[in-house]
This record gives sequence, structure tokens and C-alpha cells, in this order.
Amino acid sequence: MTLLTEATPGRRATRPGGRSLPPRGRLGRAALPYLLLLPAVLLELLVHLVPMVMGILMSFKELTQFYIRDWASAPWTGLDNYRLAVDFNAPVGRDLLHSFWVTCVFSVLAVGLCWLIGVTAAIFMQEGFRGRGLLRALFLTPYALPVYAAVITWAFMFQRDNGLVNHVLHDQLGLTAERPFWLLGGNSFAALVIVAVWKTWPFAFLVVMAALQNIPRELYEAAAIDGAGVWQQIRKITMPSLRPINQVLVLVLFLWTFNDFNNPYVLFGKSAPEAADLISIHIYQSSFVTWNFGAGSAMSVLLLAFLLLVTTVYLLVTSRGRRAARA
Amino acid sequence: MKLRHGFPTIGLPERDDSVMRTLRAAAAIATLTALATTAIGCGGGTPTGAGANGDAAPKTLTYWASNQGPSIEADKEILTPELKKFEQQTGIKVELEVVPWSDLLNRILAATTSGQGPDVLNIGNTWSASLQATGALLPWDEKAFAQIGGKDRFVDSALASAGAPGKDPAAVPLYSMAYALYYNKKAYREAGVDKPPATWDELVEVGKKLTRDGKWALGVEGSNLSNNIHQVFVLAKQHGADFFDASGNPAFTSDGAVAAVKQYVDFMAQDKIVAPGNAEYAQNQSLQDFAKGKTAMVLWQTAAATFKAHGMSPDDWGVAPVPVQSGMPGQGRQVNSMVAGINMAIFKNTDNLDGALKFVKFMTGDEEQKILNQTYGSIPPVKTAQQDPAFNTPDLTVLRDTLATSAAPLPQVPAESQFETAVGTAVKELFADAAAGRPITAELVKERLTKAQQQMPQ
Repeated sequence: MTLLTEATPGRRATRPGGRSLPPRGRLGRAALPYLLLLPAVLLELLVHLVPMVMGILMSFKELTQFYIRDWASAPWTGLDNYRLAVDFNAPVGRDLLHSFWVTCVFSVLAVGLCWLIGVTAAIFMQEGFRGRGLLRALFLTPYALPVYAAVITWAFMFQRDNGLVNHVLHDQLGLTAERPFWLLGGNSFAALVIVAVWKTWPFAFLVVMAALQNIPRELYEAAAIDGAGVWQQIRKITMPSLRPINQVLVLVLFLWTFNDFNNPYVLFGKSAPEAADLISIHIYQSSFVTWNFGAGSAMSVLLLAFLLLVTTVYLLVTSRGRRAARA
Repeated sequence: MKLRHGFPTIGLPERDDSVMRTLRAAAAIATLTALATTAIGCGGGTPTGAGANGDAAPKTLTYWASNQGPSIEADKEILTPELKKFEQQTGIKVELEVVPWSDLLNRILAATTSGQGPDVLNIGNTWSASLQATGALLPWDEKAFAQIGGKDRFVDSALASAGAPGKDPAAVPLYSMAYALYYNKKAYREAGVDKPPATWDELVEVGKKLTRDGKWALGVEGSNLSNNIHQVFVLAKQHGADFFDASGNPAFTSDGAVAAVKQYVDFMAQDKIVAPGNAEYAQNQSLQDFAKGKTAMVLWQTAAATFKAHGMSPDDWGVAPVPVQSGMPGQGRQVNSMVAGINMAIFKNTDNLDGALKFVKFMTGDEEQKILNQTYGSIPPVKTAQQDPAFNTPDLTVLRDTLATSAAPLPQVPAESQFETAVGTAVKELFADAAAGRPITAELVKERLTKAQQQMPQ
């Protein structure tokens, strides 16, 4: 707050400086958004950074049930927890690696589907028609529901003997010879993707819908006069205009999906089936269930490092790609 | 996750440099916060909010009760009048929280890490040694026992499930339970079965008669890890095996352990007397099936209250001892139940130790023992209360005899919780295989148990 009040007079002072904004004035103007963001960023760091540092510290300790009561007294173990986590020849490391691949495939599928459905729905909703508001509200419902309530409903629907999904697929449509399990074995992966996409695509829809409002109508009119069809309009006008939004949207969706804990936890409980063993659940199991918080923290730190790396590379590549496209 | 709502709706007029910059800033912030939530996931000590340690007045106690009745609400109704009685006697107000089983252990772990917890709490007796190792619970030495009337008040087998052998117990027994075979009398009559099976061979034979017309003989909770453990523990005893050796190291892959797990899963895989759908049961659906007449038998601990809550009348079901391989239930290879039960512990960080001891004395007193155990359908672990005629019903006689003669405590080792998860998951996966029609071979069982053993702390 103090920073803000200091900044304001400084900015005002540069104002009378003349019509052709001097360099300092431009700097001040460019800095203003950052200054406005500063309190929020500082609070964020405070709220989020402290637990992060704690987590990193814990990852270097032997924090088992014998020490959790007074975890400052837990012995330092150096890199032992990390060695355990990345030793892919030993069971712990092998399972972590398996869980990592499952999570990668899950994220790519879920983000891809969320994005595709979200963009498609947003484009269809762009034209005004009767009932558009109602449909928009309907589409956003999954996003508005509390996670637990929504996912537990899915868990009931996926039950083998009494669930709605099998009732439709098996009893009514007769598509399967046997009632399949959805919460056990291989199908659990499909169940997880379905629930994740159902839950998250409205967010993509919401963001893209907002972005579409800002594409000037004249562009479409001009394109229509030039004889461009709907498909061409989407390809040549809509998609390029959405590029910067997509860049952020895909990244955020990816981070949320990769870290997703609630969906698998509510669907499968404490021990997720192997096919749907997402990394966040896996880490939870490695710490809360086996009471080895040091190893769990080490895995969390590895996950953090991986996501940081992916994010950095992604931002570098997409930004460069866009600069090149504009040049 | 909470930050989703704060995400900026990006809608900007033109795509110039400032837009790019703003976007990049937005991306950076979104990324930072999303990443931060990753790391938070590993923060162990979530304060529970229910902590009462900072209470200014030591005239209150916080009590975490486990869910013993048909629902959390029912438990509150049952316990509140008793707590009022305690308040009248001592002037100490007890703040009650009934914690569901799915949360209880996590809540205790969080309380242990943060030091913010209840004063008095219930624990599953199988967790005693694990929690004892954390040092979070008050050890019950002679002096502490003297304050509640002495160690001799309690039944030996119940005390043996309150901590590692040779150490001061971490808790005192509160409710005792044992496994029994519950059978539906009507289903027995219709299938022409005149008496409950005493051996597993007889159970399979009877089971094949009972399994017909979409009805099944036996219900299991294939995805309930603890229940899986209770069952295979007993079967392992009957095959002469233990899941931990004498020095407390895991021994999951012995021939006896493999045979035990195989025998249990084979009720579905080979004998086909368990419905495949049971593989995903984890919320006591098998008891619902039993109450609805869909299955004829379950192996369960003190199920009477639940059956009544599902609308059965006590005449509808019968109770018999859990079968053995051959002969009669007893000790050694004739064990047919774990010593199931709930213990009561004092959180070491309590600021009202005196009040906590008084409260434990009250709850383990003869009068409360009779009232509460009768309501919950369990057996008092207090010798004098156990003699009460109220515990002479046919149901409870079976349970009481089992506890007295043929029950054994689960391994009282620090790694017991990890064992439940690792082996319980292995059994769950084997049930999933069996339900999918895959053959359950001894090699497969051994492979899964080997994997479980590798997950144990070294």
C-alpha cells in the first residue's frame, strides 16, 4: 500500500512534463501496472512461499512417524529422499515413474479435450440466438459446482452394479456383454479423463468466449465480402486472434490438470488403481499413507521442478513462435 | 485451486506490445500461483482448527470420537447425554466431535505434526503401535492406570491391542469387537441349509447352494483396505503364518501368507460364491446387500446395529463363529478373529491432563461401559461390565466367546498402518483381477505381496 501512495505523486509530477512524454514518464507509465500488482504478488509470495520453503526443507529430512511430532528434530538425510525417488530400478522410483507417465498422458488428453470442446462451444455461442444465455449458463454449471459434490456423483454413476453409466451402456443399449468396472482396472483411466474434462472444459469455454468478444466484427464482414466461408473465417481470423489467450489458457489448464488431486481422490479414495495413479495422489500415498513425509516432499519438489521447466520452455517457445509470426 | 476465480478474464482491444506484456505478466502470475499449489500439497501439518489446546479455561475438554453408530448424527445423539452426565459430575464440559473413519487417522497425524489436537480421542486399536511410535499419545504407566482404577480392570486381549508388547500402552480399551459369520436365516431355509458352516470347506459347499437366481452366498468389501487386512490376517494365522516376523520385519511373502490371500480371493475367483461387483465395495455396500437379501452371509464385526438400521429385525439373521480350516476355534492355527476394537487415548499435548484422566475414568467406568457398549452392540473390555446380563444375547455371546478364546491382536508394530495400506491394496487389486475373470494363481498372489513388501519402510 505504501508503495502505491508513493508512486502516485511521482506519476503526477511527470504529467506536466509536456505532450511528448519524456523517457521517465513512459517508464512510470509502464511500471504502474506492476506497482498495482505488487501488493497482491507480495501477499501471494507470503502465503505460498512459506509452505513451499517448508516443503523443500522437509525433503532433506528423514521425516517418518518417529519424528513427525517434533519435526525439527528429524535427522537430515541429504539427498537420500531424492535418490529413493529417482532410483527407477527400485520399486519406489519405478512406481513414481509409472505415475508420472500416467499423469502426462492424462494431462495431454484432458487439456486437449477441454480446449477443443471449450473453443468449439464458444464459437457456436458467438452468434446471437434465442436461448443463448440459458445454454451458456448450463455449460458453466459443472464449473460452478463444488468439486466434491460433483465428483462423488460421478463416483455413484460409475458404480458397476447400480451405476447410471452401466445402466445405460449395458442394460439399455446392450453395448457391453458384461457390466464393466469403471473405478477399478484399466477403465478407471477413462473415468478419470471423463470427469476431469467434464469439470474443466467450461473454464476454457468461459475464457475463449470472453476473448471472442474482442475480435472486431468488421474483420468477419470484410472476410465475408471477400468470399471467405465459415471455416476459412475460423482459420484465418478467429484462431490467430485467439493465439495469446490460448497460450495462457493451455498453460493454466495443463498446470491444474497435472496437479489435480480432488478428482482422483474423491473417485478412488486412498489407493488409486494403477491405471489412474496420478502423481498428486501418488505423492499423497507416499507421505500420508506410508507416513514418510520426507520422501513425499522430495517427490513434490521434483514435481515442482518439472512443472517449472515445462512452463519456462513452453513460454519461451510459444513467445518466440509468436514473435516470429509477427515479424 | 481457489485462485481460479481470481483469474483475469483476458479481453484486450488490440494486439500491441502492451497487450503482450500484460499477457505475459498474467501468465507469469497464473503460473506462479498454480505452481505454488503444487508445493503446498506436501506441507504436512495442516492445523485442524478443532484444536482446543489454547483453551484459557481448563474446564473444557475436546473429544474426538470415532464413528461407531449408523451415522455421525446418531453418534452425537448417543454420546451427548453421557457427556452431560460427566459435566454434572465434574463441572468439565466436553466438546464432542465425531470424526468419520475416512478422516480419523489423517486428522490424528495432522494433530501430531502441528501439536494442535484434541485432549482425548478414540483410535482404532490396530493403530495403537503406529501412533505409539510418534510419541503423540500419553503412555499409560502404572501411575496413570491407578487414576482410572488400575490395569486389572481390563480384559488381557484388549490390553494387548493397545500398544507394542513390553511398552506402556498408548491407550486404554473402550469398546471390544470380534468378527463373526452373519447369515440370513430365510436364505438358509430356502436353500435347504440347516446349520452354519464351521469350516471353510463347508462354507464353500454351502455357498454353492446359496449362490443362485442372481443371489450370492458371501459378501466382501474388496476395495476396503482395512477389512481386507482383517480377513487375510485371520486366514494367515490359520495357515500358520504371520505378516511380521518376531523382530518386527515384514514377512508378506511366506507360503502361509500367500495361501491365506489366495484362499480369500478365491471365494470370488475360483469358488464363485462372491459377486464380482463386490470387488469395488468399500462403503459397507456388502451390509446393504445382506440386509436386502442379495447375499446370504457376511464376515463382519458387530454388524447388528447396522442391520437394524437397514430395516432388518434381529430374528432375520443368525450369528456363528467365523469358520476355521478344520476342528474348533481356539488359539494358534484355530484363531478365527482379530481382536477388534476402539481404544481411548490422551493426547500428550493436552493442557488439562487431570480432566482428561477423569474423562477416561468416566468412560471406562462400569456404568458408561454398559450403556455405550449395549447401544453400539459391542462388548465391554472392562471385566466387571462384561458380566452384565445385557451382554448375554445370542449375538453377543458368540462375539464374547470369540474374544475370550479364539481372537488374536493384529501385529502391534510401528509399521502396522503401512502394512494395512500395502497388503490391503494388494488384496484389492487381486479382487479386481478376479472380477475381471483373470485366474488368481499362487505366483500372481506372491508377486503382488512382494510388491507390497517392497513398499514398506526399510
